[in-house]
Amino acid sequence: MRLEPKPAPSLATTLLFPVGAVAVTVLVASLLVLAAGANPLSVFGLVLKGAAGSQFALMETLTRATPLIFTGLAVAVAFRAKLWNIGAEAQLYAGAILTVVLGTGALPLPAIVLLPLIAIFAALAGAMLLLGPAVLKVRFGVDEVVTTLLLNFVMILFVSMLLEGVLKDPTGLGWPQSQKLIAEARLPRIVTGRRLHYGFVLALVSALAVWIVMKKTTLGYEMRAVGHNPEAARFSGMPVNRILLKTALISGGLAALGGFSEVAGLKGNLTLDLSPGFGYSGIVVAMLAMLNPLGVVVAAIFVAGIFVGADAMSRTAGVPSYIANVMVATALLTMVTAIMLMRFRVRWR
Amino acid sequence: MVALLGENGAGKTTLMNILFGHYVADDGTVEAFGTELPPGDPRAALDAGIGMVHQHFTLADNMTVLENIALGTEPLFAPRFRREAARQKIRKLSADFGLEVHPDSLVSALTVGERQRVEILKALYRDARILILDEPTAVLTPLETDALFSTLRKLVAEGLSIIFISHKLNEVMAISDRVVVLRAGKVAGERRTAETDRKALAALMVGQDLVPPPVPPVVTGPALLIMENVSTPRRGTGTPLSGVTLSLHSGEITGVAGVSGNGQAALAGLLSGLETPQSGSMAVQGHAPDNWSPVAALEAGIARIPEDRHAVGAIADMSVMENVISERYRTPRFSKHGFMDWKAARNFAEEIIRDYDVKCPGPDARIRLLSGGNMQKLILGRALDPEPVIILANQPTRGLDVGAIAYVHGRLLEARARGAAVLLISEDLDEILTLADRTVVISGGRLSVPSARGERTVRELGELMAGHAEAAA
Repeated sequence: MRLEPKPAPSLATTLLFPVGAVAVTVLVASLLVLAAGANPLSVFGLVLKGAAGSQFALMETLTRATPLIFTGLAVAVAFRAKLWNIGAEAQLYAGAILTVVLGTGALPLPAIVLLPLIAIFAALAGAMLLLGPAVLKVRFGVDEVVTTLLLNFVMILFVSMLLEGVLKDPTGLGWPQSQKLIAEARLPRIVTGRRLHYGFVLALVSALAVWIVMKKTTLGYEMRAVGHNPEAARFSGMPVNRILLKTALISGGLAALGGFSEVAGLKGNLTLDLSPGFGYSGIVVAMLAMLNPLGVVVAAIFVAGIFVGADAMSRTAGVPSYIANVMVATALLTMVTAIMLMRFRVRWR
Repeated sequence: MVALLGENGAGKTTLMNILFGHYVADDGTVEAFGTELPPGDPRAALDAGIGMVHQHFTLADNMTVLENIALGTEPLFAPRFRREAARQKIRKLSADFGLEVHPDSLVSALTVGERQRVEILKALYRDARILILDEPTAVLTPLETDALFSTLRKLVAEGLSIIFISHKLNEVMAISDRVVVLRAGKVAGERRTAETDRKALAALMVGQDLVPPPVPPVVTGPALLIMENVSTPRRGTGTPLSGVTLSLHSGEITGVAGVSGNGQAALAGLLSGLETPQSGSMAVQGHAPDNWSPVAALEAGIARIPEDRHAVGAIADMSVMENVISERYRTPRFSKHGFMDWKAARNFAEEIIRDYDVKCPGPDARIRLLSGGNMQKLILGRALDPEPVIILANQPTRGLDVGAIAYVHGRLLEARARGAAVLLISEDLDEILTLADRTVVISGGRLSVPSARGERTVRELGELMAGHAEAAA
């Protein structure tokens, strides 16, 4: 078996391959559903209904998609420059910590000033967290996959320490959770009575901003060049290391905004289960979107829909909602394969 | 001993890779010892007794000679590796054919010549009856070449068949019994070595009588770049420069001849801005640059044509447009307030495509789809468009076809005519003899005393390349 490079794919194939990857994913999941003794058609029907069958379901899906858009963008930006940021999970928590530190009454400011201020500091916290591994990478050649991945575990333990210590809510009946945010630090809901909040709008604006940066700006051009061929970029006079550090700042900041949005928009306080792996799912989202910032929005809604839909489905069909995890994991594998098939033609002898 | 002769890019390596099973032929079959070989299967070629020594060695640096040679010959799940038997066999082969190398030394500690011996031993260890050598002398000094040739003669005397790939006429004449000439992927002719001569083979190779480009005399101007006793730090396995003094003059092409790996990379890196002098001084147009970098080199008016156009010269997955602006994207012409002006970039790309006769679908085409010649024209356009005063051309024609070579040479002579100072680094002595007004030889990171056009014979240059210091003139 050999791989031969293919010419650049047309727009049609670029869209067709992700669709094909999703189709294969559904097929694999169907086999598991059959093994669980249920009818795949009715199960997927229930998933679809649970994800988008009503205004309530749709809004739940968008709410769930919001942090995934942020982490997806963080991963997409970093991967473009071949900076393998696997630590969006930790950066998200860094943003969440800053939100709680600044938003529980430390700064008595009106919402219009306080919210942007918290968002900026949260983003800075995430940026700083990724800056460390990036500096280690450019100065000493330390593999950022290892450092960013391991920082996730460090961060979870750090949050746990804070929640048992300085950030512990004295009125929380002993639960490891922080105090509630003050009203001025809460992101308002888009529709009263529903959970969808303005963090979703912030996510959409971020996606657009990232798209503009990648496509139109000098920095975006540099990031893509460094990602494709750092040696040629250095030869051309591009400050490769500085570009990688800037990439790290943007990527870490985006993931941290996800943490800010979750705490200020949805949860209202910090707990250890703030993120059920949004940082890791962000990798799936970014790959499904083929690192396109606008595609990230679509992919995030898709992945969120699977999770929300599977929850609803498991309540009625009796198939465990873990099927969602299987589907998302399968989607990553099929998508990576699809991306390879898009770039290369497989020749069997 | 069959020599496979042809220009760079004539298809010699491709043909041998098909024979060895690395590539699959679109059409046709390969037969060895009366049986057809399955296509695309190096294992079958090995089993049939075909051994290949690649131009770029395929050795594991962190293993010993013995391990490298035995690699792939031992069954994967054997409980024990019979080292002693393997060692004996290697010792015997070494002694029989004059392939002196210690079985237990690490490959990373070996010289280039020794590594080549390991490659040959690897083939013999597997009882190869047909040995393919791809440009075996490209990396060797003349002394090592002589040793290789005597080994090859012994092997032929033992009854092996050898295919010797080269583009060097004198070597082919010296060692082969029969010559097959390839040109542009086709067999241009086959001759018995004893019945032909260099001139006839050269004509077959090129397809026409060699017409060197006319090199009009120009008046040499002032020195634009001066290096005074420059040394560079050691990096990895590369040879650093030690005490290099050289000046590049306006209207003059300075040729740097030498066997590859003798400091050419360091010299090119220095002029490109990738390498900084460790000691000594450098002045570009009278100024000593304080922060030497690729950007500083570009700002000082140095155009760079890199040795490896795929890995360094171009970003393969980006478009023609994105590649032509890569050295100047920060200028106001292409970038304003942090935003790219893609329209200006597109116009510039179209200009280069037109002016430099680049054959490609358009500014949006991925550069990976361009042929070597067209890619080089694009790089040439990118480098030469602002009319630079100093040009570094490192192996500018390697792997190009005859037409593209003539084009590149023409452009370099044009730049010389308008007063640019050109530094031409090339392993192709003919190229240097044709183009260079002044020639220096690089060996072990040191430069010889320069010689004017025609002042030294090829023989004298060859001796300098081999590292023999010149008798004080």
